[in-house]
Amino acid sequence: MGHQGGTVLQKDQAVTIKVKRRSAIIKKVVRNYDLYLLFLPTLVYFLVFHYYPMYGVQIAFKNFNPIQGIMGSSWAGFEHFERFFNSYQFWAVLKNTFGLAVFELAMFPIPIIMALLLNQLVSSRFKRIVQTVTYAPHFISVVVLVGMLYLFLSPRNGIINQFIILLGGEPIFFFGIPEWFKSLFVFSGVWQNLGWGMIIYLAALTAVSPDLHEAAVVDGASKLKRIWHVDLPSILPTISIMFILNIGNLMGVGFEKVYLMQNSLNISSSEVIQTYVYKTGLLGAQYSYAAAVGLFNSVINFVFLITFNKLAKKAGQSSLW
Amino acid sequence: MNIGSRSRGDKIFDIMNVVFFSLILFITIYPLYFMIISSFSSPDSINNGEVWFWPKDITFEGYKMIFEHEKIWTGYKNSIIYTVVGTSINVVLTITGGYVLSRKDLVGNKIFMFFIVFTMFFNGGMIPNYLLVKDLGMLDTMWALVIPNAISVFNLIIVRTFFQSTIPNELLEAGIVDGCSNWKFFLKIVLPLSRPIIAVMVLFSAVGHWNTYFSALIYLRDADLYPLQLVLREVLILTQAQEVMDSSLNGGLAELQNISQLIKYGVVIIASLPVLILYPFLQKHFVKGVMIGSIKG
Repeated sequence: MGHQGGTVLQKDQAVTIKVKRRSAIIKKVVRNYDLYLLFLPTLVYFLVFHYYPMYGVQIAFKNFNPIQGIMGSSWAGFEHFERFFNSYQFWAVLKNTFGLAVFELAMFPIPIIMALLLNQLVSSRFKRIVQTVTYAPHFISVVVLVGMLYLFLSPRNGIINQFIILLGGEPIFFFGIPEWFKSLFVFSGVWQNLGWGMIIYLAALTAVSPDLHEAAVVDGASKLKRIWHVDLPSILPTISIMFILNIGNLMGVGFEKVYLMQNSLNISSSEVIQTYVYKTGLLGAQYSYAAAVGLFNSVINFVFLITFNKLAKKAGQSSLW
Repeated sequence: MNIGSRSRGDKIFDIMNVVFFSLILFITIYPLYFMIISSFSSPDSINNGEVWFWPKDITFEGYKMIFEHEKIWTGYKNSIIYTVVGTSINVVLTITGGYVLSRKDLVGNKIFMFFIVFTMFFNGGMIPNYLLVKDLGMLDTMWALVIPNAISVFNLIIVRTFFQSTIPNELLEAGIVDGCSNWKFFLKIVLPLSRPIIAVMVLFSAVGHWNTYFSALIYLRDADLYPLQLVLREVLILTQAQEVMDSSLNGGLAELQNISQLIKYGVVIIASLPVLILYPFLQKHFVKGVMIGSIKG
């Protein structure tokens, strides 16, 4: 661009520049044709498996008929949405989804606190041991995790109930009591991911300048004060981004795990939007209705994400875009 | 970070901190340890609450039953196949795609990036995806488990960030001056430099494929195709949920349940073994992956 040089441009000059630029772009594209080829599979993948289903979401506004396919089926407007809003399950499912999402979000500070404390451990060997051990449960599959929960909490012979009996209590039928469901879900998740969740904050903490700490020590700041006034502000941008990303997955609420933990006794507090979609749609073959419910979920989620990103921006924090 | 002289308050803080993390260690390890010792203790002593820190009345009955359980081994075999095939697809696509996206001189780069990141926050949902897989004729085949999730956006971003920070622009310019085509540059220069990121991608995808169950639940009907996790779901959860339903027991059933319980402990160990054994050796790669990902948020 630099070789154009001139300050005041005549009209015809401007045109030649435009043409030159365009041909430069074309040249660039042609020169990199093999890069585009290399990218082609990725592009096709996203078009087929992400954008085509977005287009297919119109099924939510149609009366799906398998013979005619999504495109050929007749329009239904908002009929399926209305049916969902008016169904007796609507409020229960919505309440469960939100309840679980908010409960989980409340656990958001735990890995942050853990990382701040771990960063203060004196012995680096102990630190490494803690990291290695606490990261491990992250690699256990959901099926195994839920299986372990069932075993530990079994009213007949689970170790937790045996402990309760040992203390002179009555065994609790954890999986059969709806009130227990959310706590079991959330706290087993905390157990599984509390180590893994620290990594990103620990990485951010390594970037904190030692000078800041030295200066704080000279000023007589205690460790707790340094955590609060030096470390925490330094990792605030990371916290902000992580929070928004969390919001972005809010309504997903790990439904694969929810589905495993569900049974007919705790269903009143364990049915969330996504499991409802799975059951009505894939098990019950009400494709259009379930797609409408799913779309409702996605839209709410998307609105949350945008709102919180905007709030973060307004508060002067790091945001996604 | 520990700098300068420590006050009394700081010393107390340090001690409390060590106590706290020791407790965390215990909470993390104990459930896993308990699974191991229970898998070869007699069910009766577990049921009587005699097993806490050491196995009691050691028996290998559970493992013997597991080895005779054909379904588990079919599942194991299937899972290995799905993991190998799925991981290969993931890695090839993620590395090539990620590399192209890392090239700042690529016309359309930003548009591609937006096009891809957008899918992280909005998607068609379960039903349109299911119908697509069905229309493509992938139901009840391995492809339903490895193609629809061929690329993870998150991994793509990690790879892109890695290339942007490890392959200097000067290298590319020198390559162009030497008349090196993009294709050659990618094969001869980029790939050899990307060994660490390939390792990270292999691990992330492999663990993902090994541990997932939901796509198999949706897309597979034929029980012979079930991956291990789906078999585990039957062994561990469906039977247990059943037990929860009819918790009033009669004598003969209790005997049967004792053995089934032993199987459950053992099966958890056997299923988690590959990952948990490999994990300590590979830990640093996993952590590196997360760190690279965090550079650009």
